Order: sequence, then structure tokens, then C-alpha cells
Amino acid sequence: MSGAVTAEVADEHGLTREEWAKIVALLGRPPTLEELGVFAVMWSEHCSYKSSRAFLRQLPTRGARVLQGPGENAGAVDIGGGLAAVFKIESHNHPSFVEPFQGAATGVGGILRDVFTMGARPIANLDSLRFGRLEHPRTPYLVKGVVAGIGHYGNAIGVATVGGELYFDPGYDHNILVNAFTLGIAPADRLFRARAAGAGNPVIYVGARTGRDGIHGASLLASAALDATSEEKRPAVQVGDPFTEKLLLEACLELMQTDDIVAIQDMGAAGLTSSSLEMAGRGGMGMVLELDRVPLREEGMTPYEILLSESQERMLLVAKAGREAAVQAVFARWDLEAAVVGRLTDDGVFRGRWRGAEVCALPVAALTEAAPVYRRPAEEPSRLEELQRLDPAEIPEPADYGQTLVRLLESPNLCAREWVYRQYDQLVGGNTVVRPGGDAAVVRIEGTRRALALTVDCNSRYCRLDPYLGAVLAVVEAARNLVAVGARPLAVSDCLNYGNPEKPDVMWEFQQGVQGIRDACVALETPVVSGNVSFYNETEGRNIPPTPTIAMVGLLEDVEAHLTPWWRAEGDVIALLGRTREELGGSEYLAVVHGLVRGAPPWIDLEAEKRLHRVCLAAAEERLLRSLHDVSEGGLAVALAECSFGAPGLGVRVDLEQGMRTDALLFGESQSRMLLSLRRRHLGRLRDLARREDVPLTILGEVRGRSLVIGDAIDLPLEATRERWRRALAVYLAARVR
Amino acid sequence: MRWGVVVFPGSNDDRDALRAAERVLGDEAVALWHKDRTLGGADCVVLPGGFSYGDYLRCGALAKFSPIMDAVARHAREGGLVLGICNGFQILCEAGLLPGALIANRSLSFVCDFVTVRVETTDTFFTHGCRAGEVLELPIKHGEGCYVADEGTLAALEHEQRVVFRYTDRAGRPTPEANPNGALRNIAGVCNAGRNVIGLMPHPEHAVERLTGSVDGLRLFRSAQSWVTRGAAAAPARSAPG
Repeated sequence: MSGAVTAEVADEHGLTREEWAKIVALLGRPPTLEELGVFAVMWSEHCSYKSSRAFLRQLPTRGARVLQGPGENAGAVDIGGGLAAVFKIESHNHPSFVEPFQGAATGVGGILRDVFTMGARPIANLDSLRFGRLEHPRTPYLVKGVVAGIGHYGNAIGVATVGGELYFDPGYDHNILVNAFTLGIAPADRLFRARAAGAGNPVIYVGARTGRDGIHGASLLASAALDATSEEKRPAVQVGDPFTEKLLLEACLELMQTDDIVAIQDMGAAGLTSSSLEMAGRGGMGMVLELDRVPLREEGMTPYEILLSESQERMLLVAKAGREAAVQAVFARWDLEAAVVGRLTDDGVFRGRWRGAEVCALPVAALTEAAPVYRRPAEEPSRLEELQRLDPAEIPEPADYGQTLVRLLESPNLCAREWVYRQYDQLVGGNTVVRPGGDAAVVRIEGTRRALALTVDCNSRYCRLDPYLGAVLAVVEAARNLVAVGARPLAVSDCLNYGNPEKPDVMWEFQQGVQGIRDACVALETPVVSGNVSFYNETEGRNIPPTPTIAMVGLLEDVEAHLTPWWRAEGDVIALLGRTREELGGSEYLAVVHGLVRGAPPWIDLEAEKRLHRVCLAAAEERLLRSLHDVSEGGLAVALAECSFGAPGLGVRVDLEQGMRTDALLFGESQSRMLLSLRRRHLGRLRDLARREDVPLTILGEVRGRSLVIGDAIDLPLEATRERWRRALAVYLAARVR
Repeated sequence: MRWGVVVFPGSNDDRDALRAAERVLGDEAVALWHKDRTLGGADCVVLPGGFSYGDYLRCGALAKFSPIMDAVARHAREGGLVLGICNGFQILCEAGLLPGALIANRSLSFVCDFVTVRVETTDTFFTHGCRAGEVLELPIKHGEGCYVADEGTLAALEHEQRVVFRYTDRAGRPTPEANPNGALRNIAGVCNAGRNVIGLMPHPEHAVERLTGSVDGLRLFRSAQSWVTRGAAAAPARSAPG
């Protein structure tokens, strides 16, 4: 073995002195440098989930349709017809802040690999993006880089980007969030897993060669806070090559038609180390790796670097003994390398050999099962009580509601996202039924009448004001967006973005968030099948608002029954399902118009929410509705405008019953509401459905004309208003280019 | 008829072209591997959209060296039908089978949207089923779709009515606003002198089902279908753009 290392070297690897002591105790000796590197990445927050694992167990992960829950490369649910939907969301926050283009691009590349590793062909991507204020000098640069990077990878590999979200909040000025989601389809009985089996079976490395990029990405970049020197960590950001990944995708899917694969795992964070250890760990096996057989991009790489490189577009698989040549032939057809780099053993030890000498010999269980689990101190921050206080009497009502609506429609969080999604291929694959811009995307399942709906949601302002309720509302919002296109919610993948878990208030926020997701997912019967935790979203002591991003997938039995938000015909009746309360807390209106982030987030009754879903889905199935739209940020007035911004260019004329402040009525964000239009003759049947579920139904008015007429308060020309809404983001970004 | 869709490393819309030919048109369609040297008896060869070889050097610049391209060139010389869509158009230009070149969009950004194009000539296998001057709604999705050629080439293309599609507004006016990428003279697609090789940036294979946005591409594929089925001799005479 090469020379042993000291506690000081462990410090540089981001390990604590307690962790160092534990390593020495586990091994009965100090580790070699290679071994220390392996421990550092495997025990990093990013790979080990040491601060979150104990709490994630609370999440509901089982259900009749769940084929694969958390713990594999991605989750999978049964969608009928012998098919599975395979999906996962994952963060790539710090790399994207340090190097926006490549950071975001490799985020997309990584999540795609997670999904096709399971044997699924990726069919759709979503991206949840959060940036600081548009006024922040760095924000336009980051927005442009991230969007271009996502497009660069997704477009080139040929997977449609069908939706996502984009928020601006000063809380992300110094730590943006880039969460990438991929959905794939696989035969339900041919899901591939990362569970090694069969001593003597060969370990085969496929894909791109290994270089020096991304070393310590997982441990030092993803598992530590950002600071003024973060830009110097650029070498820890990987460089993406979507072309190689496209070849890898096609070659892997081709190989998966055979029975030659025992286990397969992508090389993501911590590269060769984590992929080999995770496969061995799950199967209770050992593994010998001949590190000098790893295909290298450059000469002179050390075994330490080979073990820790995070070069992209690589996979590790365990094949059946004797099938090496067959595996290599498939990859050769796609001009890819496939090198036999090791074999499985049954001694439970992970051995790395370099030029005949053993440079590491570690018990696999020590790295996986014996990884530290922390129950860090958690404490409710005192600031919340003050933040949640909101005295409506101190908020003056606007003098001109028309101008206030325009101001909201032009605001960064409510204006059109067309500037973003025009840069993404939304169509490749030929199954995109509802493109970006609706409540949720709808993608047909090839060769069937069914379709999947997908969305990603989180209002982090709500989470800042109430981390528990905010998480509940994120789940509810995602489910409601699926229902709005006529889909039944199936399952969740969550991306839990939080600050530094070593701070008790952050840890408390995290625990509250997990409990919120648990309660909402239990109530809505949407198990969590995959996900990711991203801690240390902190820069110089400032933590991001709690941001539990919820990606949710739903099923439509008949794709032809899908719904969109946009009015379809003059004269249709416009109605609201659900109750509007006098609620202004945490609203976009308060933030944009009054500069206030305070109050309690809107009230939610999960049972009432479920009743609303039942009414909407029944009405959709009976084809009663012409349009359906969730009422969320910006409230009823913004929702009415959004429904009018569709291709037909149809306006509204609605009357509003008062009984509360006009601003709360128009811009309040009461939950469990849906805005719909329908032919007058279907109104009676809809009333019956609503009455049966005890959901209030209010007739607001009708689709009419070329203007937005809302009570006595608002009368705006449709076309000019739509143009301001549509162009606002491009105008903001153009004005702030340096 | 029989369609052959070439699969280059990095082709993405090959599956969509195959689906359009097979499932929607009900024709025979075969995937042709870029390392093949024959076209599998295809009546019409499609070079599909995507990012062949990653488009790292220049769009289409490497694909033209694929073994199958010799067979494609031979097929074109012999009057066989060749259709290049998006990246396929770029490859045909790089291979010298069509004049001009596709460069980066004026916006310097990738753009995905539904646009309207006017059918400029019905004297091709792909448009003879349309009315001259008809406006079709087709999607585009490209970063390098700005068609350029020298003035002499452009003049010849216009004179010989070899501009097949032009970006226009819904009323058929070739305005600057209707031009999504800055293409000279709003050119969206052209054909060769023999009129048997067509390249276009819009994606007709993504406009064959109402459910996914538009059926206007179907008219174009049906044109090719009836052209082949009836034989080129039965094709209508030249007609000027309306």
C-alpha cells in the first residue's frame, strides 16, 4: 500500500476530526491517500445523506403502483400496459452558480443517465430554476448561461424539455438553484438495477474516458457552502458532452435488450468510486478494480484522481461472466469504449489495484452502511413569528386595479417564460401534447391512448414564512397542476434544497419540510419514489429560503381528454371551483406591489383539496370542460388573464361578488381553487358534481370580446396586455446585459 | 412506398420521421445505419434532424463523410428522392447536394416554435399536393438555421423556382418578423436543379397529428407518397408561386 495519511490531510478533504477517528477505528489503521479520498466522497453529505437520512425515512414510499422506490438510480411507477414511468429530480446548484453553462448542462446529463440506467428511454425533461433578483448584476449572466446550458445538452441529446419553473428571489442572489428532472418509459418487467451479484462477474467501464475534471465535485463543491473563492472551484465543475451521452444512451438501451447485464450504475457524483461501491454495497459483494485498465483522457493520472474524477458520460456495469465480448461489440457499434476493469468478489472488500500494487482495500460496508448518520440540533428560528404577522389595515388598497394587474403580469415571477422555453426543443420524440406554458406538460405514451402529465413546483416564499406549510403547499400545487390538465397524480420525486444543516434553524426548516411533504403525500396518496437532498446552499452565512421542489407525475387514461388553461370559444361560461378567502400573506401581490414578504401562507385543507380534484377529474372525464386552470400566484385576476393569453385571443367579462377587500379578492392566493370554462349546457352537470363533493362553484361570467373586464375594477385591452406580459422577461434581461 | 431514414450518430428526429412514414402514412420505413453503403431499396431517403456527430465542428460537416453518403449522392444523381430535414438540410448543403449553407440564427439562440411557411413551388415531389402560395404551420427547432448563399446563387434559386418554402406571416407575407432565424430572403427550404433533393429547416415530421400541434406536414409526406405511387411522369407541370 502507498503511504498512510494524517488527520490534517483529512481536514483538507472536508472530513471532521470525529469522522477521521471513526475511519481509523473502522480500518484499525490510518487510510492511504486513495482510501481517504474514497471515504471523503462516500461520507460527503452529497453521497451519504448523513444529515438527512434519519428524517427521509418518514416519507411515504410505497403504493400499489410503485415498482421502485428511493434507493436506486431513479424511481418507477406502473402506468399500465406493461409499462413503467421512471423518473427523478436532482440538483446541480453549486456547479451552476460557479459555471452556469456547464453546471446546468451536466445537471441535465446526470439526471438523464440516472433514468436510462434503469432501462428507460428518456422522453421528457423539466427544469426548476431559481435565481436572485433580476437587479442583481450577476443574475442575467446566470440566467442566460443556465438556460443555454440546459438547451445545449437536452436539445443535442434529443430529449424534449417540456416544462419547468423559473423564480426570482433575493434569497438566491448568492446561491442559485438548478434542479433537473427526467421522465423515461421502460417495460415494467425489465427495470435495471444497481445491485451487483455473482462473484467472478466482470465489471465493465463504458463511455467517455476519464479525465481530471470534477475531482472533489461531490465533497468540496456540493457539500460545502459557497464563498468568495467559489469561482476558483471551477475546475471541480465537469464538462458535458451530449453527443457522447447520446451514443451511450442508445448503446445502453440496445444492450438492455439482451440478458447480459447483471447490474448497471451511472458514474455521477464521486464517479468510479461511488458507482462501484454502491453496486457492490447493494448486492453485499466485494469488488476488485484494476485502475490501470480505466480508459484515460490524459497521461500521468494517479489512482487517486482516477477514483475521484467526475468526468461525465460514463457508466459502470456488471455483466454475466463470458459475455464481455458481446457487451463490447454493442458499444463498438456506437464507437464507444467498453473496458473490463475488474470483477466481483464475495469477500465484501473494495480493492483498487494500480500497477500490481493494492492502493486501497476497504470493507464495502464501512463505506456504505457504517457511514455517519447525524441528528443535528434543530431549533425554530425566532424570526418567524414576526414574519408571519400581517396587519391588513396597514396595507393600502391600490387606486388603479388595472395598472396593478399589469404590474403583476409584467413582474419577473409572473410574466411569460417564453424567452426560456423557446430555447429548448420541446417536440423531439413526437409525443409532446401540451407544451410549456400550461399548468403541466402532457406527453403521450407512444403506441397507447394514455399520456403522462408532469410538473415541478415550489413556492419558496411560502416556505420561508412557514417551512412546514410551504412544503405542503408545494405538493398540493404540483398535484393541482396535474389535475388541471386532466391527469390523476401518481407519484413524486423531491429535490430538497436547504441551507447549511449545521445551523439549527436550517435543520429545523428541513425537518419541517420533510414533515410537510410527508403529510401532503400521504393525504394525496402520491408516494415519493425518488429524490435528492441538496444542503449547504449557503454563501457567507446567508442561507437560501427552504426550497423543497416537488416534481410530480400523473396519468391520463385518454390523452384526447386532456385540458389546457386557455379559453376556447366566445360565450362559454367562466366559473370558479373552490372558496376565496381574504388572504394576502406571502402573496406575489404583497411582494411586488407593497414590497412585503410577510404574513402566513394561504390556509389549506387537504381533504377539501382532494374533493376539488375529484370534481375536476370527473368533469374532465365526462368532457364537460373547455378549459381548466389552477389559481395560484397572482390570484384570480392573474389566472383570468393567463386563460385569455392563449392562441385564440379571447377576452373575459366577469363580475365579482365583493364581501372582502378587492385586492384580496383579485390577487389573494387562496388554495384549492380552479378556474374553468364550459358550454352553458354543461353547467347543470358540473353543479351536480360540485355539490356531491361539497365544493363551492361560482359562476363568474363569460368568455367575451378582446378585453379583460373584471367587475368594475379592471378593463384592459387584451392584445396590448398580453404583449407586455409576453415580452417582459426578454426586456428585463436585455436591459441588464452589461 | 418505401422510406429510408438515415441514422447518424447524434440523429434525434429519426424516430419521428420513421413514425410519420410508418404509423401515420402507413408506408414501409426502414432505418439506415450511417455505416451502411446501400439504401435498402428506399424510394425516398430522409436525412433526419438532430446533432450528427454532436455538430461540434460545423453542422453536418462530419456526417457528409459517413459511408452511407456515397450511396445517398448516387441515389440523388440517379434522380432518386432525398429529403433533408433540419440537420439533414445542413448535411445536404455540406455534402454539396444543395447550394448554400446554414449558419447560426441571428439571435444566436436556439429557437423552438411553430412558424408559418409559404409553399413557393408545387413542382417538387414534396409539394405537388399543395396549392402554390399555400401557408403551412410547421415547427422549427434549431440553433443554426439561417440560410445563406451568395447573390448569384440566390438569384438562380429564385429564377429557377428552387426556393421551396419561405417563412411568412399567416397571410403569406415574407416579413422580417416572420423570419425566425435571419435566413436570406426568408428562405426555409430549397431544392436542387433536378428538383429531387429537398432540404428544409422546419420539421414536417413533427406536424402529422392534430394531437401534437399540426397536420400540415402530412400534406407534404402525402405528396411524396402519391408522387412515388403514381410515378414521376404523372406529376403536374410547373406552376409559379401564387
